[in-house]
Amino acid sequence: MAAGNAKTLTKLIVVTLGMFGFGFALVPFYYKICEVTGINSGAEQSLVKNTQVDSNRWVTLEFDANTNAGLPWQFKPLQRTLKVHPGQLVQVEYEVINTSDQAIVGQAVPSYGPARAAAFFKKIECFCFTPQTLAAGESRRMPVLFVLDPAMGGDVHTVTLSYTFFDIGTKTQTTDLQKGQPHG
Amino acid sequence: MSDAAHAHDDHSHGHPSGIMRWLTTTNHKDIGTMYLWFALIMLFSAGTMALLIRAELFQPGLQLTNPDFFNQLTTMHGLIMIFGAIMPAFSGFANWQVPLMIGAPDMAFPRMNNWAFWLLPVAALMLMSSFLLPGGAVAGGWTMYPPLFIQGGISYDLTILAVHIMGLSSIMGSINIVTTILNMRAPGLTLMKMPLFVWTWLITAYLLIATMPVLAGAVTMLLTDRNFGTHFFNAAGGGDPVMFQHIFWFFGHPEVYILILPAFGIVSQIIPTFARKPLFGYASMVYATASIAILSFTVWAHHMFAVGMPAAAQLFFMFSTMLIAVPTGVKVFNWVATMWKGSLTFETPMLFAIAFVCLFTIGGFSGLVLAVAPVDIQLQDTYYVVAHFHYVLVSGALFAIFAGIYYWLPKWTGHMYSETLGRWHFWLSVIGMNIVFFPMHFLGLAGMPRRIPDYALQFTEFNQIATVGAFIFGFSQLVFLVLVLKTIKGGAKAADRVWEGAEGLEWTLPSPAPYHTFETAPVVK
Repeated sequence: MAAGNAKTLTKLIVVTLGMFGFGFALVPFYYKICEVTGINSGAEQSLVKNTQVDSNRWVTLEFDANTNAGLPWQFKPLQRTLKVHPGQLVQVEYEVINTSDQAIVGQAVPSYGPARAAAFFKKIECFCFTPQTLAAGESRRMPVLFVLDPAMGGDVHTVTLSYTFFDIGTKTQTTDLQKGQPHG
Repeated sequence: MSDAAHAHDDHSHGHPSGIMRWLTTTNHKDIGTMYLWFALIMLFSAGTMALLIRAELFQPGLQLTNPDFFNQLTTMHGLIMIFGAIMPAFSGFANWQVPLMIGAPDMAFPRMNNWAFWLLPVAALMLMSSFLLPGGAVAGGWTMYPPLFIQGGISYDLTILAVHIMGLSSIMGSINIVTTILNMRAPGLTLMKMPLFVWTWLITAYLLIATMPVLAGAVTMLLTDRNFGTHFFNAAGGGDPVMFQHIFWFFGHPEVYILILPAFGIVSQIIPTFARKPLFGYASMVYATASIAILSFTVWAHHMFAVGMPAAAQLFFMFSTMLIAVPTGVKVFNWVATMWKGSLTFETPMLFAIAFVCLFTIGGFSGLVLAVAPVDIQLQDTYYVVAHFHYVLVSGALFAIFAGIYYWLPKWTGHMYSETLGRWHFWLSVIGMNIVFFPMHFLGLAGMPRRIPDYALQFTEFNQIATVGAFIFGFSQLVFLVLVLKTIKGGAKAADRVWEGAEGLEWTLPSPAPYHTFETAPVVK
């Protein structure tokens, strides 16, 4: 009986070690399954390689920047025009400089020309989503990441994106911000 | 639970007494007893955590705990109940009963058996002491999902090591059980004549050997992600946290059958005894158990329908999960058919067994509801899930453990337990249990999330009902403790064949079972 037990023990230990290895083998197996079936692969999911790009069409983008009267900021796009395909992920940059001697909180508001393009201008990341605080003399480069929805009508060949910065509060004390001042 | 004095009478070659007897023992009965006491202590520890959780949830808002401590409580309650209470209790049954039921003198590897047990208190100490460490115990849920589990403090490392140790203990115990059952059966006891408890444990042990190493691998990867710069699950390093869930549940779903198959075995011993009829459909019970075990490897992703999965995969896991209801239904049918036209009596083991059949079936049905992928997306991580798994684990696994204790305690101690106390324990438990967990179905359907210390006002009434039930259920377990202690100390002398309808080798032995049994193997016709 003892010899039989030792034999069974050996077999079961081999199974145990095999299953321990199997746990680790699941790692490459998992990635292989994901690759073969095309699930969960980061590149395919991201907008960089999206299949929605309409490469038959070109749309000219024009970028414009303004500041509201009384806001002592210089604000300009780093590129004036760009030709893109609808569906393509595009990143552009704007630059803003606070020329005054105090910290100012501003917020940019976008507008579009033609206005009906607004519904198809899908912004993924934009400095206009949040208020921007600039210290005295500070300059900042800010990105806009967006996709032009291919569903936009084929008769639109040029879209203008225009930002206007508004002063929403002069930051004289830090406590002002913490109180969460309403836009003013 | 054999008493030391009696053991000495029977034992010819002297062995240590006092604490050293228990530390060095290789006797399957001693080790079985230690497993069962360990499980009871863990049941009370994790049960106390459950009562703290329920006390916090008595009202909305934060009363007793802060959210972090609350999360520690839910995490540790889960880990300790599963790895410290239910699994060791079943190992205790296996140690006591498998040799007695197959006519073997002891387990195949007595020294490894001693090791397998004594690893458990070490692991439990590591888990429990992590409450005292900076940052407290683990609070990432018993499922140990990254990224939370990669980010925690020192107690997370300690918990991973404790899981390793408990896994090692289970694997050693399982190897012992498989070897004992395969090689040491009495002459004439063929596989298809084995008592069903032995069958279910054989299959459970195989499940443990196949899945515990996978869990060990998964937590090893967590450990190296935390400390050695690997990126298995760390998305920032190119890893994938969802992969952990796949590996974990590849272990985790067979694990839930590890927690219930021995319960099926215990109930399959008890119902024929008190129905005074042979088990209906013995062979179909064996095949049903085996098919549940095999199918359990194909359903893991139903725990993660909400992580984002192609529709084809959701359909596959949904249907394979529903398929498990078929062999489970065969079992429930056979238990009912065994009772049908039987000469039934309702002693405490039978009461718990019948409650098991009814309430486990409720848990099974709510499991079927959750198996439906579109429904599960709605119910994922709500109290409906909590209700479901407590119906299968409390009124399932735990009630079967109680039933088994009442059934075999006279054989172990030589004394009959108090039937009056047993009935008090049964009725308080079964009523309390339903008051705690039934309202949770409604809470879940109404959208109350699990693992949250605070809740919206409209959930208050059902939570208060559940908390009252939890305290009834929790404190009624003290009745059980008193009953067990009284039975060990004394009581009416138990007959060798304790129950009129009991069949099997263990009942041919005197009560209490002598320290050494079946030194010459019995012959089974």
